Amino acid sequence: MANTSATGALLPYAHKRARGAGFESFFHYACWGAATTLLCAMAGICVLLAVGGWPAISTFGLSFFTSTVWNPVTDVYGGAGPILGTLITSVIALLVALPLAFLTAVFLTEFCPHRLRRPIGIAVELLAGIPSIVYGMWGLFVFAPLFAIYIEAPVMAWAAPGTIWERLFSGIPNGSGVLTASIILAIMILPFIAATLRELFLTIPPRVREAAYGVGCTPLETVWSVTLPYVRRSAIGAVMLGLGRALGETMAVTFVIGNSHHLPRGLFDSGATISSTIANEFAEATSAMHISALLALGFVLFLITFVVLALARALLGHGHTA
Amino acid sequence: MTGWPNIFNRRNRRRFANTLFVATCTLATILALIVLAAILFSLLRNGFGSLNLAVFTQDTPPPGGVGGLRNAILGSILLCVGAMIVAVALGILAGTWLAEYSRENWYAKTVRFVNDVLLSAPSILVGLFVYEIAVRPLHSFSTFAGAIALALIAAPIITRTTEDVLRLQPRTLREAGIGLGTPVWVTIRRILWKSAAGGILTGALLAFARISGETAPLLFTSLNNQFFSLDLLKPIANLPVTIFTFALSAYDDWQHLAWAGALLIAISVLGINTLVRVLSARGRA
Repeated sequence: MANTSATGALLPYAHKRARGAGFESFFHYACWGAATTLLCAMAGICVLLAVGGWPAISTFGLSFFTSTVWNPVTDVYGGAGPILGTLITSVIALLVALPLAFLTAVFLTEFCPHRLRRPIGIAVELLAGIPSIVYGMWGLFVFAPLFAIYIEAPVMAWAAPGTIWERLFSGIPNGSGVLTASIILAIMILPFIAATLRELFLTIPPRVREAAYGVGCTPLETVWSVTLPYVRRSAIGAVMLGLGRALGETMAVTFVIGNSHHLPRGLFDSGATISSTIANEFAEATSAMHISALLALGFVLFLITFVVLALARALLGHGHTA
Repeated sequence: MTGWPNIFNRRNRRRFANTLFVATCTLATILALIVLAAILFSLLRNGFGSLNLAVFTQDTPPPGGVGGLRNAILGSILLCVGAMIVAVALGILAGTWLAEYSRENWYAKTVRFVNDVLLSAPSILVGLFVYEIAVRPLHSFSTFAGAIALALIAAPIITRTTEDVLRLQPRTLREAGIGLGTPVWVTIRRILWKSAAGGILTGALLAFARISGETAPLLFTSLNNQFFSLDLLKPIANLPVTIFTFALSAYDDWQHLAWAGALLIAISVLGINTLVRVLSARGRA
């Protein structure tokens, strides 16, 4: 982080007075106020979620995090289903998206014919900007029906009763469920991670790569032993940023996860995430405890994403706008 | 066994591993592009199939009725414009503070860090926050609350780009202003902002593209409205929530309208992002 004088800021001259100088302090305070507003927004999110969720957490205690009973009728709330659902879908999504995104980014920086490099790169970046509700709709109307017929039904027929596979793939083969939601999430974060990794690879000075080729490395060895270690720190940051997206994503998941609060029995079973639960129930919640339980779930999501995003930012540094 | 060692020697192993790697990379890219093309294809096919003049001239229909998305489109525009007015003011001022006024102390570092986290924080939590500060006290979902929620998502993007662009301005520009005896804030306003205008505009456009498709924060701030309304203190119809409701409904004509709405949002987002690329390419040239 450069200090003030190195960036050429104006502070050393701030005491000079001239026409219009009367507004100087007003303008200074306006700028300071705007910056502070952003800080207050973040603090406000944290505090309001904690305060709003406190009645639920204090009433149900530890069972709010371990119980899977979520019953608005009897006003008993345990959030283990949505909390685990959030973690499971995000981790599966990352496991699917990361290898594909990494290989795509490598292809675009190392092997792609020069004529295609820019168009494909731009296409990937544009796709990273498509709103998640579009991915959700595609998942619901196009992907889920095909997934049910061509993947879920055959796999469930194949998994022999009594084996671990039967447990893993249990559920209802109707297309929506934990695995479907994870795959849609993966498709959504894929262009994002690929675009960020590609941007990182492009920051490597050409002579670093040339040196590797110069001593006779194959492209695989160059990528694995030279370019990847060169950006390792930032690359992990970029991946964490993608994970943060997956954790907090609402629309892409709500459409296809099936929305039930029990612990998913298998990958094809329906489930819920924290954000899908809030999206589905918050506007209709009437009892104070129900609202409090949803806010408490929001607070848990806040804590998880804050840790992930803070780690990502610490690893990435301030240089990347993604 | 004289023939074998030559085939599995070190050179061939490396060559084989490398070929495999190149092939995997190529296949992965093709797979990714196919999936993403499939999404665009079904969006275009279903979207254009459902797009007609009525979409722009009629309001959202009851189930089974004939209608369009006029109220939702206008509502979305109103929400986004309102949010952008707040976000641009907030973002430019905060970015200016970070670049020009902060002394790089712990406070500035905290603000910058929080802004970076806010950039990618789950938008549904911003929605919950605005529900608590703007909906609950007024006892009503409102346009106003929706615009605030969107503004809180857009502002960090503008703050970030404003700070980055201002830091790129040469020190000589600031010295020139001071040399003329201009107050610092006039120098910022008349010289620095002017020379950074292109970059700030890019940031604002990116922020606009981001919030135009945001659904989650609107679910419990602006809610939705089946009718045409421009009342700032009442729920307002908007495209994302309409798409959400209609897509999950059991009615065919509602689902068609949802596809048309999704296409409209995707086109505007892609359009704005393309515009940004054209603008920044021209700026570099």
